[in-house]
Amino acid sequence: MASLDDLKKRISSVKSTQKITKAMKMVAAAKLRKAQESAEKGRPYSDKMHNIILNLSKNINDKENAPKLLAGSGKDNVHLCVVMTSDRGLCGGFNSNITKKAKSYFKKILDSGKELKIVTVGSKGFDQLKRAYKEHIIENISFKESKNVNYFDADKVGKMIIEKFGKGEFDVCTIFFNKFKNVITQIPQEQQIIPLKSEKSDDKNDVMNYEFEPEEDEILNNLLPKNISTQIFKAMLENSASEQGSRMSAMDNATRNAGEMVEKLTIEYNRSRQAAITKELIEIISGAESL
Amino acid sequence: MSDSFNLEIVNPEKLFLSLDNVSEVVVPAFEGDMGILKDHISIISFLKPGIVKVFTGNEVKELYVEDGIIEFSENSLSILTSKIIDIKEIKKDDLSSMINEANEALKDENLDDQKRFLANQKIDVLNRLN
Repeated sequence: MASLDDLKKRISSVKSTQKITKAMKMVAAAKLRKAQESAEKGRPYSDKMHNIILNLSKNINDKENAPKLLAGSGKDNVHLCVVMTSDRGLCGGFNSNITKKAKSYFKKILDSGKELKIVTVGSKGFDQLKRAYKEHIIENISFKESKNVNYFDADKVGKMIIEKFGKGEFDVCTIFFNKFKNVITQIPQEQQIIPLKSEKSDDKNDVMNYEFEPEEDEILNNLLPKNISTQIFKAMLENSASEQGSRMSAMDNATRNAGEMVEKLTIEYNRSRQAAITKELIEIISGAESL
Repeated sequence: MSDSFNLEIVNPEKLFLSLDNVSEVVVPAFEGDMGILKDHISIISFLKPGIVKVFTGNEVKELYVEDGIIEFSENSLSILTSKIIDIKEIKKDDLSSMINEANEALKDENLDDQKRFLANQKIDVLNRLN
């Protein structure tokens, strides 16, 4: 049995851990509100962008000559996966959920004999993937210095992806991120961004007749790179909200567990103190009796 | 007012401006400035660096945009832009740093014609503001 002193030390150590997790929970809750707000504010932009592209692509009849970012390179050999994770740990299953999803996708690609290239955004994803997929990782980006998610960072990633696509380094690009549903649930998502997957809304009725200035192709050429950055930005916003939500619930659990632990240890401490007192009393009494 | 329409300006971070009583908007479209009034034909176009002028009643709002896409349909105009600043809120320091940035970009030898044009345009507009 642990000595009284040891128990006392353990109780105080668990208590201070509890204080830390409680503080982290509070911080995450505050950050979550902000992240959620900016995720909501960012929605109109990506929604509108999506609508315009949808309208444009409906107006393009000549699918053969459509820009490559929309139609793809015509091949399906090299897959680029952008795995977006956080830079900090202690956020429950947030990062492992994304990497788990990504890994099953990687397996599918490698099993079908295609080439795989990985870009990780966020250092935690890199840490988790480097053991098994080191030779596939071509780039590791981290925005540790940026305090908030900003469009500028997303644009950097987007430009890099487009540059690689321009050089023909890959044919299909998929991004992985966590979609924020609520504080308890975040859904890991895979989204193909190159070539753009058009949703199945082939209602020819809602095609609007637009005037284009300049030509459709030129607008699309200008718009599609922006759309990539926008999608990545959206993913980053969703990710940061998810990260804070996940951390908040993880820290809430940790705080509760620490509380339970303190209770259990306190009972054990009291019991062993009582046992020691009883033992001493017995010793005194039996000593007195023998006289 | 009967001859007014809706305007929404969004940037990636948020809904920048939303008005429902705009009488005219002048945007720096890629192929030249374009004034949009009510019942304009549905149009999609993109912007070069320049000034967006928004007329509401007797007021004129001037905004600097770096790039963007506009979509007009059914009397609502959406402007999507990655960078937009109200001219009144632009500071001198920001202006000069933006000009420097554009000049840096121009030094790149491999710049294609369109990008070179856009960068030059940006410098022009910024110098005028300065």
